[in-house]
Amino acid sequence: MRKLGLSIATAALVAFGAGQASQEAAAASAAHPPQGDFGFTGFFGKFDRDAAQRGLQVYVGVCASCHGLDLIRYRELSGLGYSEEQIKAFAAQFEVTDGPNEDGDMFTRPGEPKDRFVNPYRNVQEAAAINGGKAPPDLSLIVKARAHGLGSIGANFLDMLQGGEFATGASYVSALLGTGYVEEPTLDDKKLCKPQPAGKSQEDWEAELNAWSLPPGTYFNKWFPGCAIGMPNPLYDDAVEYTDGTAATPEQMGQDVAEFLAWASEPSMEARKETGIAVLLFLAVFTGIMIAVKRQTWANVKH
Amino acid sequence: MSDHPAPNFKNPVIRWVDSRLPVFSYVHAEYGVFPMPKNLNYFWNFGALAMVVLVTMIVTGIILAMQYTPHVDHAFVSVERMMRDVNSGWLLRYIHMNGASMFFIVVYIHIFRGMYYGSYKAPRELLWILGVIILVLMMGTAFMGYVLPWGQMSFWGATVITNLFSAIPLVGDYIVTLLWGGFSVDNPTLNRFFALHYLLPFVIVGVVALHVVALHVTKSNNPDGIEPRGPQDTVPFHPYFTAKDTLGLAVFLMVFAFFVFFAPNYMGHPDNYIEADPLVTPAHIVPEWYFLPFYAILRSFVDGWWVHEIFFGWWATAKLAGVLAMFGSLIILALLPWLDTSKVRSCRYRPIYKWATILFLINFIVLGWVGGKPAEEPYVTIAQGTTMYYFFHFLILTPLIGWIERPKPLPASISEPVLKAGGGAQIAGATAAKMEKA
Amino acid sequence: MAEATQSGHDADEGTGRRDFLNYLAVGVGAVGAGVFAWPVINSMNPSKDVLALASIEVDLSQVDVGSAIKVFWRGKPVFIRHRTEAEISEAAEVDPQDLIDPQSDAERAARPEWLILVGVCTHLGCIPTGTAEGETKGEFGGWFCPCHGSHYDTSGRIRKGPAPANLPVPEHEFLTDTTVRIG
Repeated sequence: MRKLGLSIATAALVAFGAGQASQEAAAASAAHPPQGDFGFTGFFGKFDRDAAQRGLQVYVGVCASCHGLDLIRYRELSGLGYSEEQIKAFAAQFEVTDGPNEDGDMFTRPGEPKDRFVNPYRNVQEAAAINGGKAPPDLSLIVKARAHGLGSIGANFLDMLQGGEFATGASYVSALLGTGYVEEPTLDDKKLCKPQPAGKSQEDWEAELNAWSLPPGTYFNKWFPGCAIGMPNPLYDDAVEYTDGTAATPEQMGQDVAEFLAWASEPSMEARKETGIAVLLFLAVFTGIMIAVKRQTWANVKH
Repeated sequence: MSDHPAPNFKNPVIRWVDSRLPVFSYVHAEYGVFPMPKNLNYFWNFGALAMVVLVTMIVTGIILAMQYTPHVDHAFVSVERMMRDVNSGWLLRYIHMNGASMFFIVVYIHIFRGMYYGSYKAPRELLWILGVIILVLMMGTAFMGYVLPWGQMSFWGATVITNLFSAIPLVGDYIVTLLWGGFSVDNPTLNRFFALHYLLPFVIVGVVALHVVALHVTKSNNPDGIEPRGPQDTVPFHPYFTAKDTLGLAVFLMVFAFFVFFAPNYMGHPDNYIEADPLVTPAHIVPEWYFLPFYAILRSFVDGWWVHEIFFGWWATAKLAGVLAMFGSLIILALLPWLDTSKVRSCRYRPIYKWATILFLINFIVLGWVGGKPAEEPYVTIAQGTTMYYFFHFLILTPLIGWIERPKPLPASISEPVLKAGGGAQIAGATAAKMEKA
Repeated sequence: MAEATQSGHDADEGTGRRDFLNYLAVGVGAVGAGVFAWPVINSMNPSKDVLALASIEVDLSQVDVGSAIKVFWRGKPVFIRHRTEAEISEAAEVDPQDLIDPQSDAERAARPEWLILVGVCTHLGCIPTGTAEGETKGEFGGWFCPCHGSHYDTSGRIRKGPAPANLPVPEHEFLTDTTVRIG
């Protein structure tokens, strides 16, 4: 049994190390925002429906004017607790381009549950042209695509063991929107988004940061790698009016939209975790039985 | 292949089939009464585990292929469609995705076990070489599979790795164009990678079959590295190893399931959730973790590095040298049976080589770690040092230690306690000469 | 892997417990493998995006009496005809017992003015003509399949030709007087 433990531990270690290697490389270009508190982390985690519904309001009211959510269909909102009628009414607010019809023309009609979230632009070229040459990223998978970990082997490892999932990505989204924009950045703010390069002395680094100024057409965001983000601060107090009466501060809206986008990046997560608990319980029982079978099989063999 | 006579089957249908196609006799001989050294430890589970993972990968892969669209405009979305719309698609996709990592974990441990206990030595050289071939095929399959989701890392990984072939003198650029089917990684590339990713696993199955046949000729090595001297040293495969392998499998599946259900993206890269964009290169391109040690070897060859200047500088570019070293690092593995000059197999009885082997493992892990780091100091120096040590271990240390090392006395047989000091070297020579029939 | 049924070599005391454990292990292992087979097989069933398109809503307000439209549903055409009084009475007068596939018009069209059919000939799967203006409607004023000459009447029933059955009526429900949900 001791040897079994050893060999499994080896396997696990290789896996854990493996995860590190791939996450770390991309993580070095900015400081990691503090880990937010989300409903979906942990082994029994579920998306916080209230927060995610508020987040949908933020997305529609604020983000959707520039960012698409191409992978999500309106019908999927049932996963956030909306009824079929609510979804129909929600989808019908949007104008969907359909066609061509019998005459070969494209036409518009109200959205239906089967439709994808309507993109603010006709195509990526238009999106880039309107936004100074760079198309705003689609937000369908943004939380998973920004889940770069916590920056150290130990922290990532513990986070993984606790079922941290893509919380680092959600934290990034939340912090970027909620607390990242600074009107007059201090040296400490700049240090967050422009970390000390390898082989550069402390003084040189600080001198460089002090001399640095924002390129035109960009905004300072302390959580954005490189500090200069093309997106102006989209959130201000009461940018949306929450239907549940929650006070709409930028922090609150950032948190809510991060929970919503976390859901959007993997709506099947809840089913996955529920299945996982059952599978692990089953395997634990099976392992127990196999320990007994193996012991009694080998009971008479001296080895 | 067994001394046991074919069993007398009671069931007439089985008897009828067996007398025409002896599948039942075969299973009986090779997995029923097949003699296994009774002192195997749990590291001997990993071969069976690799087999289970291979089957799992093929089953989930075939199912996923039914949902996948190998076209640059649809590949990324079709994978996300699996995650969102296909019944249990997320489960099958995550099993397949993490299964690749699990496959390499299991196989790397399996290989290291072979290195530590000398399983590559006579008469198992061909068995070992077949294993190295499987590893190379796995790498090719995994590389092409990683391209299929058509994320940023898929695309840029494919670009970087296929560009390696441009290092080949004279014909390099033509070969790269041929690989791509165009002038960059694009739709034709994705299409052929999908076709080959579907094909190669079945080639692996074929080589695995040869690997197993070869194993059943030479029979399993064991932690003492001495051949069984009689029935007292062995137990039949069933029920002893069916029970032990299944126990190992159950525990392994728990580790596998943990990743699939609770940390499915831990071993992946977040940038692969961004659709491929040929105009934007990610800040750091890293291959999948299981390629990192070899990637580190590849990258450590730069102009001005004295090792490069001495061995390659006068006839090859740094790029070509890196490519040659990377492929060389795999070929050298296949040559291990002849590089190791010791007559004793197991590191249990090799006081110096044991530490050399453990150091090799640590070096390999450092290579992997540094392979994931950006190409800047101090990582470049670490990569170069560990690359040198990788080859130093095989080319210098392994033959040298074999000559100068004085092995500990070997036990007379698996079931008997260690022989009194003195007779060790003699036994070592005797056992290595010819294996005895169990 | 999990076949440990053959008990060990020493059949002394504890054989019963030994057999029980082995059967238990095989049983539990088989259940596990069986349960895993389900998601593998179920993944081939229609996925959510396919199911989301499995029912459609059609606006009938633009379909005048005497005309018909063709809509696309589950990969097949569906004919929706706004029947005239003459067509309705013609369909209703036929005695079902005289037909190849006996069915009364009332069974096929709950709201007599609307006839909704899956437009696939029951012979070998061609699309019958007769929906669009000017297409030949066959000898019985309904539809005509050009492939092998099957004639359907104004209730979509097979009257002449090789087709064995009437054009099927898809499951449908009128949400309002002018909106119907098919599927």
